[in-house]
Amino acid sequence: MNDIPEPTDSASLVSIRGLRFSRGGRTIFDGVDLDIPRGKVTAIMGPSGTGKTTLLRLIGGQLEPEAGSVRVDGQEVARLSRGALYALRKRMGMLFQSGALLTDLNVFDNVAFPLREHTELPEAMIRDLVLMKLQAVGLRGARELMPSELSGGMARRIALARAIALDPMMIMYDEPFTGQDPISMGALVELIRLLNDALGLTSIIVSHDVKETAAISDYIYVISQGKVVGQGTPDGLQQTDSDWVRQFMQGLPDGPVPFHYPATDYAEDLLNHDA
Amino acid sequence: MLEFIRQLGRGGIGQFAKLGRANLFMLKVLGGFPGLVRRPGLLVAQLWSVGVLSLMIIVVSGLFVGMVLGLQVYNTLVDFGAEESLGVAVALSIVRELGPVVTALLFAGRAGSALAAEIGLMKATEQLSGMEMMAVDPIHRVVAPRFLAGFISMPLLAAIFSAVGIYGGYFVGVALLGVDDGAYWSQMQAKVDLFDDILNGVIKSLVFGWVVTWIAVFEGYDAIPTSEGVSRATTRTVVYAAFAVLGLDFVLTALMFGD
Amino acid sequence: MKSNKTTELMVGMFIAAGVAALFVLAMQVSNLSSFGNGDTYRVTARFENIGGLKVRSAVTVGGVRVGRVASIDYDSERFQAVVGLDLESKYNRFPEDTSAAIYTAGLLGEQYVALEPGGSEDVLKDGSQIELTQSALVLEKLISKFLFQKASEGDQK
Repeated sequence: MNDIPEPTDSASLVSIRGLRFSRGGRTIFDGVDLDIPRGKVTAIMGPSGTGKTTLLRLIGGQLEPEAGSVRVDGQEVARLSRGALYALRKRMGMLFQSGALLTDLNVFDNVAFPLREHTELPEAMIRDLVLMKLQAVGLRGARELMPSELSGGMARRIALARAIALDPMMIMYDEPFTGQDPISMGALVELIRLLNDALGLTSIIVSHDVKETAAISDYIYVISQGKVVGQGTPDGLQQTDSDWVRQFMQGLPDGPVPFHYPATDYAEDLLNHDA
Repeated sequence: MLEFIRQLGRGGIGQFAKLGRANLFMLKVLGGFPGLVRRPGLLVAQLWSVGVLSLMIIVVSGLFVGMVLGLQVYNTLVDFGAEESLGVAVALSIVRELGPVVTALLFAGRAGSALAAEIGLMKATEQLSGMEMMAVDPIHRVVAPRFLAGFISMPLLAAIFSAVGIYGGYFVGVALLGVDDGAYWSQMQAKVDLFDDILNGVIKSLVFGWVVTWIAVFEGYDAIPTSEGVSRATTRTVVYAAFAVLGLDFVLTALMFGD
Repeated sequence: MKSNKTTELMVGMFIAAGVAALFVLAMQVSNLSSFGNGDTYRVTARFENIGGLKVRSAVTVGGVRVGRVASIDYDSERFQAVVGLDLESKYNRFPEDTSAAIYTAGLLGEQYVALEPGGSEDVLKDGSQIELTQSALVLEKLISKFLFQKASEGDQK
């Protein structure tokens, strides 16, 4: 690890500098720099397989970078002791793609889980807190259901209630919109923005659903092939001068850079096939 | 040929690395025990699913193993006019061998596979990752109570198996085949030693309980987080546990009854 | 989801059943019940030959178990086996000139020490030694004795 520039502005909650990470011989990140500003909704976008989920795990300290630094609230995540890391994680919420609800507990107990694990609150107070969180995601009436009885969208909203149970400073969303019907998609989009502003959170959304993500985020990073290839506000990115970013943001099927994972030029490939 | 040897080497290194992971994992699980003292509820819930739910198969198998043993041994002994020794033969074979071994094999099939599948599935559905992100160590919260429950349940199940088996032999020998009631028990009591036989059987079941549960929770935790990975981990659990139990049984028998 | 109380009850019953099974094994199946549970005192006896006697073999008087063999050593000066016997304290009135013999229970059974009380006024105490002993019968010796006897009978004819 050679000289790592200090994060410049304290307005950013997460700052990543010179991040390199590879797994299974494949380089996933190679020199990524990005800052997540406090109190905003920041989106990290990119095609499938660019390691967006890996990035969240690096921020959460579940993986260690090979080089570079990941700082959350001024703390170098990879160098934290176990206790300090766990203390930091209590202040982060993470919403997994599948919701990751504990299947042997019902909705109420799932939301109560972090409270029971980390606090000594009396049961009556836990009940009130859980009902408040469930009310916030509009599923107070579903408290007796088991996770297997929930639809995908409901499971994600319950998981969201659980993620905010400990009143974290930030929430990371891993592909929150994938596989949702329009109604639950709308509910989620609404919720993410609402919770961010009402609770004064910092939100990181990892997604490849351009339209929904652009609608609620304040700032967008586009990652491809291990690098940040574009950044800006949603409007700014639409007017980008990078062909690749424009292709991605507008979802064009054909573009200057291959849309799919490393391959030779599309046209060239076809010609080779002929020959 | 060279490729084959290289593959062998790669496989060997892979297994060795896995063994190392399993040992580190075990240390972490042990680190989770103090936390269980504060929350006995977690352990009780696992004792239910690991112990109580295995009870049925253990009792039924114990009864039938004892009955079959009674019948078979009687037929052999009666040729020598030694059917009075039925009690000894049944008790020694059950207490020393069949009790711990058969219980461990059944336990691996019933509870071990369930543990591996459950933990593997929790991994595949990101529940373990989710816990980590909630600053809850899944090894302490999920694995440690399951491991301890397995370790506690196994000797109890083996004892139940043995007791039921001996009464199964009694039922066939005394009630059906007419061996003298007093002879069945008194010969048994004269020959079965508390330390040499019963205690050693209990030691065996403790070791088996440790190993089988260890394999089960580790395979589940180490599973590739896909449905195929979980099903493979479940199969491996039963196969490895069976090998481990039979191999260790030989070693333990040689050590304890060897003189 | 079953209620917590039922779970706890069933787990409690499971543990109780397991412990009960261990208890059955200890009391009903093994020889624990025939161990003296009280205090014992130690006497020693010297034998020329102890045959197949083992530690924890029974010590009986008139067929009643009164103790067990606690130790077996060999005295390499007097070329004798030294057997330590733990006798239960409630049987503490054996005369000093009690004799000990090693017998076999049944044709192929285990060997045990049988005590035969004498007529002395003094009694055996902790550390006493039994002077009168009779060694184990070794089958091969018996057979050879029998054969020699037959042979010598044949000579006389």
